[in-house]
Amino acid sequence: MIKKTISWIDERFPLTAFVKHELTGYPTPRNLSYWWNFGFLAGFVLVLQIATGIFLAMHYKADSGLAFDSIQHIMRDVNYGWLLRYLHSTGSSAFFVVIYVHMARTLYYGSYRKPRELLWWTGQLLLLLLMAISFMGYLLPWGQMSYWGAEVITNLFRATPFIGDKVVIWLRGDFSVGDATLTRFFALHFLFPFIILGAVVIHLVALHTVRSSNPSGINLADKDNIPFHPYFTIKDMYGLGVYLIIFFAFVFFFPHFFIEPNNNIPANPMQTPPHIEPEWYFLPFYAILRSVPDLVGGVVAMGLSVMIFAAMPYMDRSNIPGGAHYRPWYRVMFYVFIIDIFVLGYVGSQPVSPDMIILGRAASLVYFGTFLVLPFMSKKEEQWMRARGLPPALKALFEPRAPREHETQGGNSK
Amino acid sequence: MSGSDTIDNPDRRNFLGKITTAAGVTGAAAACWPFVSSMNPSTDVLAKATTEVDISSIPPGGEHTVAWQGKPVFIVHRTPEQIKAMESKETTIDPEADDKRVVKPEWLVVVGICTHLGCVPNRDPEGGWLCPCHGSMYDASGRVIRGPAPRNLEVPVYHFESDTKIIIGKKI
Repeated sequence: MIKKTISWIDERFPLTAFVKHELTGYPTPRNLSYWWNFGFLAGFVLVLQIATGIFLAMHYKADSGLAFDSIQHIMRDVNYGWLLRYLHSTGSSAFFVVIYVHMARTLYYGSYRKPRELLWWTGQLLLLLLMAISFMGYLLPWGQMSYWGAEVITNLFRATPFIGDKVVIWLRGDFSVGDATLTRFFALHFLFPFIILGAVVIHLVALHTVRSSNPSGINLADKDNIPFHPYFTIKDMYGLGVYLIIFFAFVFFFPHFFIEPNNNIPANPMQTPPHIEPEWYFLPFYAILRSVPDLVGGVVAMGLSVMIFAAMPYMDRSNIPGGAHYRPWYRVMFYVFIIDIFVLGYVGSQPVSPDMIILGRAASLVYFGTFLVLPFMSKKEEQWMRARGLPPALKALFEPRAPREHETQGGNSK
Repeated sequence: MSGSDTIDNPDRRNFLGKITTAAGVTGAAAACWPFVSSMNPSTDVLAKATTEVDISSIPPGGEHTVAWQGKPVFIVHRTPEQIKAMESKETTIDPEADDKRVVKPEWLVVVGICTHLGCVPNRDPEGGWLCPCHGSMYDASGRVIRGPAPRNLEVPVYHFESDTKIIIGKKI
């Protein structure tokens, strides 16, 4: 019966062929480490966020007079409302953890390099959408942090040349963040996840065209690929299990770890809390914003700090294949950059003080410095490595492969 | 993981595969429960499940409509003549004795929703109700005497807290 149904469908729609080609039989490098689990995890978090979000929207009221109380209604009255909300609020932080690890893996192993530029850029687009969604979603509980976060971030658009003030009012639909802002943020917060879903499809089409990178950083020959199922379905499931244990530890035992205490106070447009800070995932960018003593300059620097990742495929000019594992200079830069992000995050979480301003400026300089130095560093590193002779491990992977480069590129044909 | 295509004990592997699938499906189904449950009435809605009505001000022959769980409930103080007429009358569409439909004969309590398609019937001066949507008619006991309604007006669960107070939605 099942076989008959499937063959009925297959005559009209390439179901079996599609599943085999894109999922079960999809050739995957056999040396993928657990760092390659995070794309799947991001997809899982996205689905869970959409599911919990839709069910929360059934009980939430996007009205400045009702929003705060409707959250309390969800927490106290709705069956499992507390669970839905904590899944969603913890999920937003989890989403950024997963995405940041996913990005760090891409940077470390050089997965952004040719031919994966478009894959990297669609990922960059997904990051921007994710940031927009989380920012708009954060207004919805209508607490003090929600309100002042939205007030400050919408104010950033004053940096728009000539019409800045008008743009801010247009975004808010009011002269300050108000009911109009809340309802439109809710509408967009509901819409954008489905745009993300579409962008994820594009991301996956790009992935399945160029195939997964792998820890060696080199395109493998067909014989080094294994079918996705069962090898990586199992590996993804195991990773998911580990992820869920950590995720639910927060959902069930520390749900307030990611919720600012100040957000339990209803929004009050007449009083700003003594210390406001964005959610942790925006802290490094927020620190860069604060490090520039000029409104427009700060906004430009912050925008650049997010968008500059898109330039990575061109700023990394080294022809040495392989990830940071084989590139000592690049590896050092990678770790300096990661540590610098944590420093920026710390600065962003602290109240403004002279020491913090100096530390923030230094860290911002290092942040942009690593990107600016990269084109020269990567070229020099290549020369240095070639002069010293490539390490044997890399030679074994790289040199016999080089003449067959075109062959592995066209590996789709089997 | 070895290159060999043979499996030592295929039954054992099939069993493990099936039991893993079963555990996964059970877990996924259980994970759906909080989502399904969240769509059920929340506690503040359930708090509206009973309605307390003071009936002392309803004169004989008078009718009072109250909201119970968001639905209209007709409370009629029936006159002795109406009680007598209803007790001796039998209906054909949904036969039911009048004394089965009341706790005390002088008080009729029925949900004011037509059993056809859910409109609220209007009070008929003669003592019954007439549905404005499709013309169903009910007598002074809330029993249907003309279609298209298939059943009598529903009698909600209720009890007398005292002679002048009833609680709808709860038995004793």
